[in-house]
Amino acid sequence: MKKIFYRVALLAMASSVALAAQATTPEEDLAAFRNYFKERFPGVQMNEYTNGVYAIDPIGRESWEAIEEFPPYEPFVDDGKEMWETPFANGKTYKDCFPDGPAIASKFPRWDKKQGMVITLPLAINQCRKANGEKPLKYKKGPINNILSYIAYESRGQKTHVIIPKDDPRALEAYEKGKKFYYTRRGQLNFSCATCHLQNAGMRIRSDILSPALGHTTHFPVYRSKWGTVGTLHRRFTGRNKQVRAKPFKAQGEQYRDLEYFLTYMSNGLPLNGPGSRK
Amino acid sequence: MFANTSKWIGMSGTVAVLAGQLLISPLAAATGSSPIDEGRALAFSRKKGNCLACHEIKSGTAHGNIAPPLVNMKSRYPNKEDLRKQIWNPLARNPETSMPPFGRHEILSKSEIDKVVEFIWSL
Repeated sequence: MKKIFYRVALLAMASSVALAAQATTPEEDLAAFRNYFKERFPGVQMNEYTNGVYAIDPIGRESWEAIEEFPPYEPFVDDGKEMWETPFANGKTYKDCFPDGPAIASKFPRWDKKQGMVITLPLAINQCRKANGEKPLKYKKGPINNILSYIAYESRGQKTHVIIPKDDPRALEAYEKGKKFYYTRRGQLNFSCATCHLQNAGMRIRSDILSPALGHTTHFPVYRSKWGTVGTLHRRFTGRNKQVRAKPFKAQGEQYRDLEYFLTYMSNGLPLNGPGSRK
Repeated sequence: MFANTSKWIGMSGTVAVLAGQLLISPLAAATGSSPIDEGRALAFSRKKGNCLACHEIKSGTAHGNIAPPLVNMKSRYPNKEDLRKQIWNPLARNPETSMPPFGRHEILSKSEIDKVVEFIWSL
């Protein structure tokens, strides 16, 4: 178990390793990632990881299931549906940008060859708004969470399916950057994401159980009791960086988009189940 | 003239109070907390050491279990200086550690670490 972790982690932490010398492919990374958690939590079904810490915390799960009877994210889904159906000032709607919508969550994040960057769903939404003369939405708090909630809800059951196209080496580069970010220690407290969510997943920090990294991206946007509202994945990233006393990066900036690309790939195959509700 | 006098009275009164406080504080330090008590306060404080996040420590509640319980410290660290080094920069002994470098990253000051060492070594 530790061997697998070392193999993936050391590879990522060695900043001097040139891309050509990478010994692991994303497919190998994914297999190692899953195996690590399979060994760490024997008996937990793969799909259960979409429920985050409640896959491994039976007491927390009870209160969570009680909360889910009156899901706190429902009003956001309703507001999001209204946003989706309301035309822009120019008469067009979101459906014109996303003909397959609203169940489009599994299409993101994805590598966009023309723009040469990782495109996430919130970014695509704002690109759609901009193209139709509408003001962009803020990426952490506010109404973007409504439309994201609606899209996530409609997309439930779709499988996480991040593709790293082989015909553009920049895509793999972005994935590797995200991977490196994940395994790099940062902040005054000197933690990497992996320190808590891989190395110590399932252990208790004070009274809270650390959630496993597998399945982390399936249930966003998320209603957090702590926030008293729904928030985005990048809001969670900035909060985490602040908590380890590191200067956070910009929501929907390159670092967090590449991180989302890597992290979502690590949940490939798991069903989407957003919006979620968490502590 | 009366106004000036009252101003002087007011100022000298303030000075007297301040002087009195300066006199009182060292007294309080002498009769109040010991380095071990101060070390415990630092260790338990969430903004300072927050050691309970990961370690079980006697008299602490709701501790985490990420790290070994802090017991039998004198037999584990016969040399107090080794304990200090571990708290200062735990990565020196274990590069894979989950423990923050409290000294190296200036999470705690030198004098704060001294007090924490006194407390932890007493466990």
